Amino acid sequence: MNKIASFTTSSVGRKLLMGLTGFFLCSFLLVHLYLNLFLLKQDRGSTFDSYADFMATYPLIRPLEIILFAGFLLHAFVGVWLWIANRLARPVRYAVNRPSENSTLSSRTAFWTGTFVLIFLVIHVNTFFVSSRFFPSGISMYERVCEAFQSPLYVSFYLVALAFLAYHLKHGVQSAFQTFGLKRKKYETLITATALVFWLMLPIAFAVLPLYFLLAH
Amino acid sequence: MTLDSKIPAGPIEQKWDNHRFAMKLVNPANKRKYHIIVVGTGLAGASAAASLAELGYRVTALSYHESPRRAHSISAQGGINAPKNYPNDGDSVYRLFYDTVKGGDYRAREANVYRLSQVSNAIIDQCVAQGVPFAREYGGLLDNRSFGGAQVSRTFYARGQTGQQLLLGAYSALMRQVGLGTVKFYERREMLDLVVADGKARGVIARNMVDGRLESYDGDAVILATGGYSNVFFLSTNAKMCNATATWRAHKRGALFGNPCFTQIHPTCIPVASEHQSKLTLMSESLRNDGRIWVPKAKADKRAPNQIPEEERDYYLERLYPSFGNLVPRDVASRRAKEMCDKGHGVGTTGLAVYLDFSDTIKRNGKAWVAEKYGNLFDMYKQITGEDGYESPMRIYPAVHYTMGGLWVDYNLMGTIPGLFVLGEANFSDHGANRLGASALMQGLADGYFIIPYTIGDYLASNKFPKLDAGAPAFKDAETSVADLTKKLIAVRGKTPVDVLHKELGKIMWEYCGMGRNSAGLKKALALIPALRERFWKDVTITGSADAFNQELEKAHRLADFLELAELIVRDALLRDESCGGHFREEHQTEEGEAKRNDTKFSFVAAWEFAGTNRPPKLHKEPLKFDYVKPSQRSYK
Amino acid sequence: MSGTMTITLNVWRQRDRNSEGRFALYTLPNVSPDMSFLEMLDLLNLDLVRKGEEAIAFDHDCREGICGTCSLYINGRAHGPLKGVTACQLHMRTFHDGDSITIEPWRAKPFPVIRDLVVDRSAFDRIMAAGGFVSVRTGGAPDANTIPIPKPVAEEAMDAAACIGCGACVAACKNGSAMLFVAAKVSQLALLPQGHAERARRVESMVAQMDAEGFGACSNTYACEAECPKQISVTHIARLNSEYLRANLT
Repeated sequence: MNKIASFTTSSVGRKLLMGLTGFFLCSFLLVHLYLNLFLLKQDRGSTFDSYADFMATYPLIRPLEIILFAGFLLHAFVGVWLWIANRLARPVRYAVNRPSENSTLSSRTAFWTGTFVLIFLVIHVNTFFVSSRFFPSGISMYERVCEAFQSPLYVSFYLVALAFLAYHLKHGVQSAFQTFGLKRKKYETLITATALVFWLMLPIAFAVLPLYFLLAH
Repeated sequence: MTLDSKIPAGPIEQKWDNHRFAMKLVNPANKRKYHIIVVGTGLAGASAAASLAELGYRVTALSYHESPRRAHSISAQGGINAPKNYPNDGDSVYRLFYDTVKGGDYRAREANVYRLSQVSNAIIDQCVAQGVPFAREYGGLLDNRSFGGAQVSRTFYARGQTGQQLLLGAYSALMRQVGLGTVKFYERREMLDLVVADGKARGVIARNMVDGRLESYDGDAVILATGGYSNVFFLSTNAKMCNATATWRAHKRGALFGNPCFTQIHPTCIPVASEHQSKLTLMSESLRNDGRIWVPKAKADKRAPNQIPEEERDYYLERLYPSFGNLVPRDVASRRAKEMCDKGHGVGTTGLAVYLDFSDTIKRNGKAWVAEKYGNLFDMYKQITGEDGYESPMRIYPAVHYTMGGLWVDYNLMGTIPGLFVLGEANFSDHGANRLGASALMQGLADGYFIIPYTIGDYLASNKFPKLDAGAPAFKDAETSVADLTKKLIAVRGKTPVDVLHKELGKIMWEYCGMGRNSAGLKKALALIPALRERFWKDVTITGSADAFNQELEKAHRLADFLELAELIVRDALLRDESCGGHFREEHQTEEGEAKRNDTKFSFVAAWEFAGTNRPPKLHKEPLKFDYVKPSQRSYK
Repeated sequence: MSGTMTITLNVWRQRDRNSEGRFALYTLPNVSPDMSFLEMLDLLNLDLVRKGEEAIAFDHDCREGICGTCSLYINGRAHGPLKGVTACQLHMRTFHDGDSITIEPWRAKPFPVIRDLVVDRSAFDRIMAAGGFVSVRTGGAPDANTIPIPKPVAEEAMDAAACIGCGACVAACKNGSAMLFVAAKVSQLALLPQGHAERARRVESMVAQMDAEGFGACSNTYACEAECPKQISVTHIARLNSEYLRANLT
C-alpha cells in the first residue's frame, strides 16, 4: 500500500498515471469514432441508433462508463495537480525568456489545450449524453446529432475543439510513449506513425462528420 | 629540523608490503572515535574522504566549490596510466616505475614512485566497479592508448573526459558516505589557516564564502588535497579558483614546501587573444601526431599563413630534431616555440604564437580523416578563436599547466607538521621535475584510495590526542589572525583591483621564471616581486564587505599568498643551478639545447622552511638516491 | 575581428538569499569580439570595482565547459544563444555592437539565489547522495576486465555520464524539472552491469529526493535536451521512466 502511495505521489508516478489514462482515453476515442462513422451509413441512422441504444441499455456498459469517467477525471485531476506543482517549482519567473528556441508550443501548452478540451467535453456530454441518458424524451440520438450538426455555431465550436484535441494529442501521444520509457531510437518511426494516427487522422475523421451534416443538409 | 622521508627498508618491490604490515592498525570499533578533516574534494580529497569514512572514521570534508564535482580534476582530458598489460606489449609495474622516474628527470623519490606504480592497477578496478565508463573494444574489454613518454599502451581513457569521469566516480563514492552520514560535507568553505596545537595539526579555520563567517573545524588529523599553484602565473590552464592558499598557510604554520620551482608547461594551448584573457585552454597533445609546427622565416611577417610560400616557412622542430620532429617532449616543444617568438617569428596579433598546420595531412588523408580523429579539438579551437583550423593553420602557444612542487611529505604522505597529510597535486612527491601525461589522475587517486587509508591509521594509533574543541586557544588564535588579515586587506582601500595586480605578478613569473630561466632574470624577479607585494598592500582595492559573499575578497586572500609563494618559486629556481625536466636554466644546456642536469650537486629535494614574510626562507635538503633507475641524459635528436 | 563593441547589460543584483533583488543597467564600452562572455563580465567588474561599487557575483571556474559551474540565463536562454555550449565558452563575437543583454540567475525553487547571479545547487548533491552511486568499497573491486561490456552499451553510458551537473536543464524547463540530470545518472548506472544490483533502490531514492527538493515534473517538452551544453538525450529520461516502472512493478 505504501508503495502504491509513494508511486502515485511521486512526480514520475503521476506522469505514468497521466500516460496511462491518456492511452486509455485514446482507446475510447477510437471506439467513439468507430461508432460515429455509422452516422455516414445511409440508413437514416438506424444502425447508429441501435448502437446508441445498446450503449445506453446494456448492463455491462455501465461499469465501463464509470471507468471511463474515472479515467477522464483522473487525467484531469492529475494534470491540474502536476500543473500546480510545476508552477510552484519556479516561484520567481524569468524577466526575459525564449522557450520557443528550445521546445514546441504544443508541448508547452498541453495543460491549456487539455483545459479547453475539458470544457468542450462538459458541453459535449451535456448535449448528447446527459439528456439522452437521464432525461429521455423520445428523440433518437441520430436526430440529436442531426440537429446539433446543422447549427453552424455548434459545428464551429466542435471543429475548434477538435483542433485543440489534435494539438493536445500532438504532444500527448508521443509524450506518453516517452513516459512509459518506450521512446528509443529503434521505435522512433513506429511511435511517430502511431502518434500521427491519433493526433492527425483521428481528429480529421471526427471532423468529417459535422462537416458532412452541415454541408449535406 | 632533519627531513626523514621514512622510506621503508628492503628491496623496492617489498617496501610497501613490508611497511603496510609494520604499520599500526586502529581497531575497527575505535575508528569512529577519530575525526579527520579533509580539505579539498577533488580526485585525491574525495577518494580519501570516502575511503576513510568507509573504514569507519568520522570525516569532515571542506571544499571552496559548491560541490565536489566541480573540482579542477574534472578538466583532465587524456587518461590515466596503469600497467595492466592488457595489450600484451610488455608493460609491468617496474616499467611504469622506470618511465616515471626517468620522465621526472631523476628528481623524484624512487620508493614513492614504485608504490604509485604498484597501486595503480587497483585504481582501474575500483573505478570500473564504480561505473566509470572507460572506453572499450568491441569485445567488451577495456581499451588502452599510448601517451607521451612511454613506449607501451597503458593509458585508460573515457573519451576526452577521463578526469571528469574519474572525479564523478570519486564524487559518487563520497556522496554515498555523505548520504550515510559518515562524512559531513561543507561546501563553499575556503580554508584560510591551519590550526596547530601541541605541535600537531588539529584543525583548520575556514571562511564560509556565502555569509563570510569564519568557522573552526577541529579533528585529530588534517588532510590537504587542495591542488596545485599554476595560477601564480595568472594565465594558466588551471581553473580560475585554483589557488595555493591552503598549502601556503600550512607552510606558514611550519610545513616545508618542496621543489616549488618545478612547474610544467604544456605546448599546445590556444594562445592569448587579448589583454582581457582570463585563462588558457589546453588542446590535447595528440594534435602533434599529425600537425606540423612552423613559423615564417621572415621576422614580423604579417601575411596570412596561406600566402606564405613553402620555402619561406621554418618547420623548426623538424629542422632541429630530424628524428623526433614535431613529437619532441612537452618541455622541448614549449621552449622552442618561445624561442621562435622571442626572436620575432611569432604569428597572430600578439606575435606570441606558432602555427600548427594540418594542410599536408588534409591533402594526404582528407578532411574527414582529420575530423574523425581530432574533430572535437578543431571545434574547440573554432569556438574560442572563431577561426577554422581546417582552412588555415591553428595558432598555438605553451601555457603553464601543472605544478610538480608542493608541500613536502614523507613516505606516509605526512608533511613536516605531525598530523598534516598532503595528497595529490598539493604534495611534491611523485613526479620529480616533470610529470608524464596521464599520471596526475593516477597519483591523486592512488594517494586517496590506497595510500592514506593505511598511513593515517598508523599515525592515529601511534599518537594521543587530548580533547580539543573549537574554543581552544590554538583555534581562537588562528581565527583572530585570519580575521585580522581580512580586516587588513579590506582596510587598504587603494585604487587597483586584485586581478590587475595578479596579472602583473603573472607577467613577472612568465617572463623570468617561465619556460626558460636564468640567473639575471631570476634575480630581477626577486626584486620585482617584493615591490609588487608592497604595492598590493598599499594599493589593492576590495569592494564589498567581509561578512558577505565577496569574490573580490576571496581573490585578494589568494593573491596575497601567491605574492609570497612567487618569491619562493623564484628563490628555488635560482638555487637550482641546473636544468632538469620543466626547470630549464638557460645557463645549463647541452650543445643541442637540452636540459643539462647536475646530479652531483642537485640530486636533492629542496624543502623550504618559512621564516617570516620578507625574510629569506630556510633551505633543507633531502638527498635523492637512485638504486634502481640510474640517471642518464635524455636525447631526442 | 578588430573594432570594439558597446554592450548594454541588464543584470540581476541581489545581496543575499533573503533580500529582494532587482535589475541593474550597465553600459560597457570597449568589448572585444574575442572576449569570452565571462571575460566581458570580468571587464565590467573591473569597472565597477574601480568606481568603488561591488562586483557582480557569478559562478565560474574552469572556463572551458567541463566543470559545470557557470550558470547564466542570457537573453532568455540557459547558457546563452548557442547550442551545446556553456556560458564560459560563449564569445562576444556572437553579439553585435549596441546589443542589449539581460543576464539572470537560474530560476527554480530548489536553486535559491545566494547572491546576484549565483544560485545554490546543493539539491543536486543531495540527489546524488540519495542513490547516484554504486555501493563499492575501496579495495573490494574485481579485476577491471572481469565483466565485458559491449562497446555500444559503454558508449551510451558515457553519453549519459557526460553530464556536467550545471543545472541548465532545470533552468530551461518550464517546470523547473531536474529529470534530465537525474536520468543521466540513473541511465548510466542502469546501462552498466556494475549498477544493476542497486538499480531499483537507486531510481526510487533519487526520484524521491528530486521530488522532496521541490523540482517540477517532466512534461516532455525536451527543452532540457535542447539547452543541455553536453546535449544529453532525453532517451535517458525514457530509461529512467522504465527503470522506475520496473522498480515499482517488480
